[in-house]
Amino acid sequence: MPGRQLIMTFEVTPTSHTLAEYKARGGYETLAKALAMDPAAITKEVTASGLLGHGGAAFPVGRKWGVMKPNLGEIHYLCANADEGEPGTFKDRWILENAPHLLVESMMITSYALGVRHAFVYIRGEFDLPFRRIQGAIDEAYAAGLLGKPQAGGFTLDIVVYRGAGSYVCGEASGLITSIEGRKPYPRNRPPRLTVRGLFQKPTVINNVESLANITGIIRMGAEEFRKVGTAKSPGTQLVSISGHIAKPGVYEVEYGYPWAKFLDEDCGGMLNGAKMKCVVPGGISTKVLTRAEIEPLNLSHESVNPAGSGLGSGGMIVIAEGTCMVRLLQVLLRFYHHESCGQCTPCREGMGWMHKIIDRIVAGEGVPEDIERLYAISHANDGTTICGMGDAAGFATVGILNKFRDEFEFFIREKRSKCDGRLECLA
Amino acid sequence: MRHLIPEFEAMKARYPEGFESSLVLPCLRRIQEDRGFVADEDIAGLCEYLGVPRGQVEEVLSYYTMLRREGVGKYHLQACRNIACSMRGAEGVIAHLCRRLGVEPGGTTADGRFTVTEVECLGSCGTAPVVMVNEAYHENMTAEKLDALVDELKAKG
Repeated sequence: MPGRQLIMTFEVTPTSHTLAEYKARGGYETLAKALAMDPAAITKEVTASGLLGHGGAAFPVGRKWGVMKPNLGEIHYLCANADEGEPGTFKDRWILENAPHLLVESMMITSYALGVRHAFVYIRGEFDLPFRRIQGAIDEAYAAGLLGKPQAGGFTLDIVVYRGAGSYVCGEASGLITSIEGRKPYPRNRPPRLTVRGLFQKPTVINNVESLANITGIIRMGAEEFRKVGTAKSPGTQLVSISGHIAKPGVYEVEYGYPWAKFLDEDCGGMLNGAKMKCVVPGGISTKVLTRAEIEPLNLSHESVNPAGSGLGSGGMIVIAEGTCMVRLLQVLLRFYHHESCGQCTPCREGMGWMHKIIDRIVAGEGVPEDIERLYAISHANDGTTICGMGDAAGFATVGILNKFRDEFEFFIREKRSKCDGRLECLA
Repeated sequence: MRHLIPEFEAMKARYPEGFESSLVLPCLRRIQEDRGFVADEDIAGLCEYLGVPRGQVEEVLSYYTMLRREGVGKYHLQACRNIACSMRGAEGVIAHLCRRLGVEPGGTTADGRFTVTEVECLGSCGTAPVVMVNEAYHENMTAEKLDALVDELKAKG
């Protein structure tokens, strides 16, 4: 395994997700410890841990929590973002399926720290087993008197699982709460921050499932111990979901600072069918692709990957073999972004449609040389001009591919065919 | 939908006070599960029950891809065609499935048993390609596995 583990610390069996087995592993002991602490001391510990959000933006969790003023008597909400939808990402699903009680215990500790009475798990609509597992864990916690009843010191929490109904934008925090309010998930302009005015205008903390899952460990071991794992600037671990042309796809818990090439070549078994690596999408399709040569000197930490012009994002890593057609690959991505644009902001709504049309035209052999510059221009026009980050993300992905594989686009437009046979699959 | 109101009431009890508007999605999901789609009378009944404007229910219905105003086949096969699945052969798998059932993507077989829909990322990239059959994920799909699956579903009727 790539370094030390904080989350994937037990053997997964058909019953390892149950309350009984979670308790046998020391489950809910940290809750008891937390309830004996001052709530503010918990936020302080989380801030000191340096935990960075795992949803994609790597925003410091403690800083987000720090905005909340739990003592002013106002209602506060907590939402666990389980709307895992960034293509290439399937790590929250691992937690929901295999460690649902870790999420519940962490949400209880977080809610106690932030003065939350009602919390939500927003889970994407297509997830079936993950939904049954987290709902099952919550039902078990109710039956055991952990939820819905006063705990030591009078703290009481209810958790509702809210199921989405098919929409990428619901993973954006403000889109998510608009969805819980029973509407289409139009994101909201900030300020005000959601921690000031969120769900039904009340201060709301929205944390990714993996971010929350780390809270129990941080309170159990203390910030100082937690910081001994990972690097100074990226404390802890990251769940990496790896897919594409790799021999052993799946979810791996990687200690920050672990050499990237070693992770791919040894832990993940190298390339599928012994192919050569062309490039890697590091953290969900909205992060820029890096070539094998660019990856070579890097390690898996924010301070190593960010200066290379990309990011670890959501940990959704997609490995792409030599011989893969990058034009058709971009077509798949732009079709997706066009499909998922919520339509609220003109640059994204129109821009995604135009980009999708242009790439379809190129693939149909009807592209014109100016199309490449048009794709750049639309990408730049989206940058910073939309309410949420989706427009920017589509632009990053597009520019990342165009910068590094421009010759394939020029070839396709000139020759009216793919330089790589239009292939997305890895040859055997 | 009226026969579902006792269930909706139980659902409502789990939410904080004043969250009626939040119930639009879960109620629509439940109605669809019950009827197979959401009918005009369901919309009217839900607006009356929750006290929300019709526009809100219509907005939700037209936006979210999983909600339907019309029925689908008994077995709804939703095949992912996003990046990780396509890199593992989804395009061939979908083409095979459509040929086998004699439908275009989005179509339903004449006997009303199978509907094939192409969808975007289902969050199952490590076990790609993936096809959802009603609620369940079928992972690491191949043409052979799909044939076996279709045979099994046909035998079930």
